[in-house]
Amino acid sequence: MHIAEGYLPPVQAAAWFAVSAPFVVHGSRALVQQVRRDPETKLLLGAAGAFTFVLSALKIPSVTGSCSHPTGTGLGAVLFRPPVMSVLGGIVLLFQAVLLAHGGLSTLGANIFSMAIVGPWVAYAVYALIRRVGGSLDVAVFAAAALGDLATYCVTSVQLALAFPDPATGFLGALVKFGGIFALTQIPLAISEGLLSVLVVRLLTRVSGDDLRRVGVLRTPAVQA
Amino acid sequence: MKRFSRVNLLLLLVVLLLAVAPVALGLGSGDEPFAGADALAEQAIVDNHPDYEPWFSPIYEPPSGEVESALFALQAALGAGFLGYYFGVARTRQRLRGSAAKPPRE
Repeated sequence: MHIAEGYLPPVQAAAWFAVSAPFVVHGSRALVQQVRRDPETKLLLGAAGAFTFVLSALKIPSVTGSCSHPTGTGLGAVLFRPPVMSVLGGIVLLFQAVLLAHGGLSTLGANIFSMAIVGPWVAYAVYALIRRVGGSLDVAVFAAAALGDLATYCVTSVQLALAFPDPATGFLGALVKFGGIFALTQIPLAISEGLLSVLVVRLLTRVSGDDLRRVGVLRTPAVQA
Repeated sequence: MKRFSRVNLLLLLVVLLLAVAPVALGLGSGDEPFAGADALAEQAIVDNHPDYEPWFSPIYEPPSGEVESALFALQAALGAGFLGYYFGVARTRQRLRGSAAKPPRE
């Protein structure tokens, strides 16, 4: 979903920076507070970042005959709330922009907005909603991660359609085109990301229930074994 | 195998299937089957807006596809390595607590 270096007109690139900046600043505060309030969760925080690192490095073939990669930000959003992910996701995007020429510095603002802001917020909203109506943890995590992933790629499609409207059919035509390239390709990958996030949460429930209780994902008191 | 492990294995298998099926079914098309969606989007921009000039270029570009894939592998390895470390720590912690709770056997 990374918009390549230089592929947004300067004004729009700057606008996306302006939109994303407050989220990242607020997220950095939230991250510092999280670590200060509960230093025990530092390791889990690292694991959430690591999950994003792995998933966004995996380019996976999809049904549309092209390749794309998951984002991995939904899991962290569920564990640590979306603001924290705006920083962790931003770090991943920066790493890829600087070292891999994947994405770019000029488009960093736009890419942070899609992958590190909208994706995590959609994931968290879906998670909170499903938990509120009594859905199981597995179902909530799956839907959160999958829809957060998909939302990221929908935002990228909108961003590109705004920047490059189709000469004949305008914004909507371009949206359909970029949506076909990104969002459609992403559907099986979003399902994969959902399944992998569920897998990680299952393992976490098994071996580090205390960490999950600390971040409020598990509410039941510890069982004395 | 316990139910817990069976479900986990099943999750992994489905992920694997989702990734392999498109290749196995030969769904790739065009000059370069299974090209990156990012590259396709770039191409779509160039096709529709031939006069658009990217105004900024990457400050560093991996010199070859090999180096690029090495860096991607490094990224995945760092992430996976840390995840493995986390689960190792968590598991050991849990086990130590378990043995501390039980009275030591003579």
